[in-house]
Amino acid sequence: MALDRELVGRSYPPSAVYEVGRAKIAEFATAIGDPSPVHRDPEAARAAGHPDVIAPPTFAIAVSLEAAMVVLDDPDVAIDYGRVVHGEQRFAHHRPIRAGDRLVATTTIDAARTVAGNDLLTARVDLATEDGEPVCTATSMLVARA
Amino acid sequence: MTAVRFADVAVGTELPEQRYRITRADLVRYAGASGDFNPIHWNERVATEVGLPGVIAHGMFTMALAGRAVTDWAGDPAALVEYQVRFGRPVVVPDDDEGAELTVRGTVAALLEDGRVRVDLAVGSAGEKVLSLARAVVRLA
Repeated sequence: MALDRELVGRSYPPSAVYEVGRAKIAEFATAIGDPSPVHRDPEAARAAGHPDVIAPPTFAIAVSLEAAMVVLDDPDVAIDYGRVVHGEQRFAHHRPIRAGDRLVATTTIDAARTVAGNDLLTARVDLATEDGEPVCTATSMLVARA
Repeated sequence: MTAVRFADVAVGTELPEQRYRITRADLVRYAGASGDFNPIHWNERVATEVGLPGVIAHGMFTMALAGRAVTDWAGDPAALVEYQVRFGRPVVVPDDDEGAELTVRGTVAALLEDGRVRVDLAVGSAGEKVLSLARAVVRLA
């Protein structure tokens, strides 16, 4: 089923707050084998100029991909979740995500097209603090194979 | 941390090649840390049922490892300000102690404003390119 171009520009209500914890950052850093103390030790992070431990750059996906699922739950988006694979990913960091951040995700459909029967859907997730400070823009291109 | 300085790099400067080993245990750990529990990343039966050659690494795990090659070089995880990849081929992770090996090479492709550089990455496994259009913008000291 072809994706409707009218979907482009559609935005969804902000997500619930995701509170970033030190232990979750350390767990993620360990999972990707990153030994940097700025992911684990608040003193080391402060010495490097950060208010608290910072997350590795791709940690944003743990918040953004969940938020982007709002698109697949939209009844107007006729793609089959079971056929979806991750085609492309992009991050633009306004500043590092850090422990204590209370993040809100706002998802927008940036592109929707059908190529050779494959549905390509680009979801942009803007992560900001509860107070509105921009933190990261995470853009995921999802492919539903024909 | 041994930070690379903007003044020390030019277009064509190569990052040290990095090799990362990926085992099934690493995929389970990444699933827990990231919240991505898609069974194609840990269950051989499900992976082959959907037509894959076997269990494959999370694309985001591959992206994270390739990102480490950049942040280790820059000497600062906060230096990576923009990062994008296209997931070309899956990294198949066999059920043994060796797992798969990821090779990451990077080259400075452009000098930008404000001490930033663009690094283009070549990321392969088992002789195949697994990421394409893999680019990072890094702010150097």
